[in-house]
Order: sequence, then C-alpha cells, then structure tokens
Amino acid sequence: MIALKDIHFRYKKNKPLFENLNLTLEPCFIYGLLGKNGAGKSSLLKHISGLLYPDSGQCTVFGFDAPARKPAMLEDIYMIPEEFNLPAISLSNYVKTNGVFYSKFSFNQLQAYLAEFELDENAKLSTLSYGQKKKFLIAFGLATNARLLILDEPTNGLDIPSKSQFRKIMAASLDEEKIIIVSTHQVRDLENLIDNVVVLEKGHIVFNRNMGEISEKLAFEYNLAGVPAEEILYAEDMHGRKAGIVKNIAGHDARVDLELLFNGIVKNAAGINEHFANYKYEY
Amino acid sequence: MEFKENQAIYLQIANRFFDNILQKKWDSGDKIPSIRDMAVEFEVNPNTTMRTFNYLQDKGVIYNKRGIGYFLADDGFEKTIALKKEQFLEEDLPVFLKNMQLLGLSLDDLKVYAARYNGASVN
Repeated sequence: MIALKDIHFRYKKNKPLFENLNLTLEPCFIYGLLGKNGAGKSSLLKHISGLLYPDSGQCTVFGFDAPARKPAMLEDIYMIPEEFNLPAISLSNYVKTNGVFYSKFSFNQLQAYLAEFELDENAKLSTLSYGQKKKFLIAFGLATNARLLILDEPTNGLDIPSKSQFRKIMAASLDEEKIIIVSTHQVRDLENLIDNVVVLEKGHIVFNRNMGEISEKLAFEYNLAGVPAEEILYAEDMHGRKAGIVKNIAGHDARVDLELLFNGIVKNAAGINEHFANYKYEY
Repeated sequence: MEFKENQAIYLQIANRFFDNILQKKWDSGDKIPSIRDMAVEFEVNPNTTMRTFNYLQDKGVIYNKRGIGYFLADDGFEKTIALKKEQFLEEDLPVFLKNMQLLGLSLDDLKVYAARYNGASVN
C-alpha cells in the first residue's frame, strides 16, 4: 500500500504546490493519474518514489518511509519517466549492470518481453529510436517484478501494434501484489486498463473513484438533444453536436469515456462529485 | 476488439462469450479461458474480465471449479438463449418498434418482408 498523509510541498520560493494532500493506493489496481500540464502529476510521482521530499507530512510505500530511500523499498519500485537518457551500451550490458539491483529480476520474463517488442539484445541503446528505447524500458521495468510500477506517458512514441502489445503485457502483469500508476494524456490508449481514476488539479486531488462506480453512476452521451437539463452534468461541442456527461438513471452500467470525464472534471468537479455523494437518495 | 460507444466493457465482453456459446465454439462442460487470458485477449484490465465472469456465473452460464478454472454450465446454451431473448425483447425490440412507427410500417407490412427473408435464407 502507498499512503500519502497531509503532504505539504513547495518548490523553492514558489507558492505551495501541495497543501494537505492525502492519497491512498492499494495493490491489485491500475491507477490512472490524470491532470493538465503543471497540475503536479510528476511531482506527486516523485514524492512516491522518494525523489522529492515533502516539506511536511508523510509518504509511505509498502510501509517504508519514501524519503529514506531504503534499498529494500527501491528494489520494489520501478519508474519509467517520460524523458530519459540511456548510456551507449548494448541492451544485454544494460541489463547485466542494472538488473542486479532488483532481487526479483527475471531474465526469462525479459527475454519474452523483448521478443514481443521485437528488440534485439545485442543492439546498442544509443542506436534505438525513442519508441524502441521506451519499449526496452517497459520490458526491463516489468522484468524487475517491482511491486510498484510508475509509468509516465508510457504510450508516447509507441507505434500502433506496440500500443496493443503494451496493453496485453499490462493486462497480463497485474497481480494481487502490484500497484501500477499510469500518468497520461493519451487516455484513449489506456481507457480499458485503468481501474481507478485520480485527477489532479493545481496540486489538489479533485477526483478519485473506481471505474465500476463511475460506470454505474454516470453515462456518456454523444448527442444531448432531448436530454433534460437537470440530468446533464457537463456538456461540450463535439462535431457540431453536444456531447457530455449525464446522470446514469437507466440503471445500466455505461461505458466510461475518459476524455469526456476528464474534461467534465476540469470544468465541473464540484457538480460531478456532488452527484456521486447524492446518488443514493435519488431513488 | 473495437468496443461500442454506450455499453459497459464487461458486458460487451459477455456478449462475445455468448457468441462463442451460440456458435458452439464452447460446449457444455468445456473449460473456458481464464480471467487473465481473456484480459490479455481483449486488452482490458483483469478486474474488468473478472466482472464478466462474475456476471456470467450469477446468470448460471458458467461455473467455477475452485483451483481449476471456469466451465460452461450443462444448460449454458439454453441459459444464453434465454438471456439473449430477454435482451432482444427489452433493448432491441423497442427501438425496432419505434422505427416502425416513425416509418408508418405495420406488423402486417412486415410479414411480406419476413416471408421474403425466410425464402432467401432457404436458398
């Protein structure tokens, strides 16, 4: 489990980014961390991985105090950042020198992922394209068998077949012990993999709910003509029509459209959260 | 797999199961692929396919042998037909009837087309 309690944080002399931030993440779930540029997503991920220290409050990862960066905690965390530098050595050399830091590292798994992504382990990392480097890091990260996997924009730079392979590998790798956090703007790529949607806005967590609950309580419509105004929680123009989020009153679980949901939360988080809070009284 | 716009993903996957059952790809007593295998195939979260399995188990279409896996129930085929019939009557038919009304078609009008359709399928 990951627990952030009453986190306060500011960069140098800037105004505070996190004020009283609280968040708990449980194993066996894939969390989708969404937020506009500069909302604090990367800073939050850095707190969890021990790369940034809170000014006050506590961040614990599997019972370890994150800022202490104990090796026992670090070998259970793997983070794939959006930007990275890799040395000019071969894939197999990289694995030899870095795999040793992870006691649960599996060479067999790595071979399978590399084969899936069509990567040659004798190739030099510096000769790979951005997308290939990313796939290598994904393969390496999964092979560490770290319980916490943090992926910052994992599908950026991946070609179309690789995105599909990536989703299959992610679906196969989630187990009862793992916590996976995916921070992304490419919501369509990962829509069906995410269990919990966490939305960060100006350093505050404005939304944190399970997909099952969302599909039960909200519905996503692509033509709002004829829908009574009191049922509409959010509306936007889409190809000349009004699309939006409505209250789910039919009782059928709806398909969640993450892009609409995100837009709705950015514009009207209060209204949507209020609907969740009042839901049980509507019948 | 391309998912439709409105229906929850776990129900759309259930519909794919129903197709396999109706087309006899899966027969009574057959072991069906695991929750994880299905998640990989459809590229969705395993918790989503778990909902599909729970839903089908609730409906009596599949059953679980602890530690071994999921199997198609002896009357899985009949249960699937009943569920699909219910789905047709409750969801598809109202839309169909509404369209008929809009177009001014009566049930008698349709009989002519239905007869032609039957004839065509015999050929």
